[in-house]
Amino acid sequence: MHYTFKIERGNFTDAGQASSSVKRTLKQLGVDPVNIKRTVVALFEAEINAVAHAYGGTIDVDIDGEKIVMVVADEGPGIPNIDLAMQEGWSTASPQVREMGYGAGMGLPNIKKNTDDLKIDTKIGVGTTVTMTVYLT
Amino acid sequence: MTVKDIIEKLDLKCLNEVNLDAEVEGAYASDLLSDVMGNARSGQVWITMQTHKNVTAIASLKDMPAVIIVRDGVPDPDMLQHAKDEDICLLVSHDATFQVCGKLYELIK
Repeated sequence: MHYTFKIERGNFTDAGQASSSVKRTLKQLGVDPVNIKRTVVALFEAEINAVAHAYGGTIDVDIDGEKIVMVVADEGPGIPNIDLAMQEGWSTASPQVREMGYGAGMGLPNIKKNTDDLKIDTKIGVGTTVTMTVYLT
Repeated sequence: MTVKDIIEKLDLKCLNEVNLDAEVEGAYASDLLSDVMGNARSGQVWITMQTHKNVTAIASLKDMPAVIIVRDGVPDPDMLQHAKDEDICLLVSHDATFQVCGKLYELIK
């Protein structure tokens, strides 16, 4: 099963729709609730990162009997230092984003904790692709 | 303890009467969304002063039955609509976070 969603820059209002839709599908498929929770936490955080930092992008989700693979690809500034970005508490979020309760530097650590595999490809001035895998077995 | 019990005992204003019979297994107080995303558990009520739609989105993803907005906060119109769509009970307290936490802790501990 394959699903694609669009990400718009700064559109926090619709953020979470992809995670919500994936959650419904996984529930219908009878996936274990623990894996559903891990999947939606990771996907929501990745979506918010792209909304907050990038200029737009896409989310691709593939579900088969063994795993859920989520690819969040954005056009944006890229991540200058991935080690710092992975550090809990580190954030480059704007004051407006922080006012909403984001920007605590917990997004990528949350993704790491809730996925079995995390790959981040980033190019400065071009964009970032985050590939997250949750194994179901 | 149900959502309805909490509304009565904490004298909360209920903005959409959904999930009233849902069981409340605890609470999580935070205004940092990723903190809630990472650490709150299903069945907990979320206490916050954030009033935008992403709160109800996270509450729904985390299977939290209700959100208590503190200090008479007014939710954005799209947050209220989203709460109705997602069956999240939206509650408002006159009290600040500390008092709401204390009262709820006494009820649920």
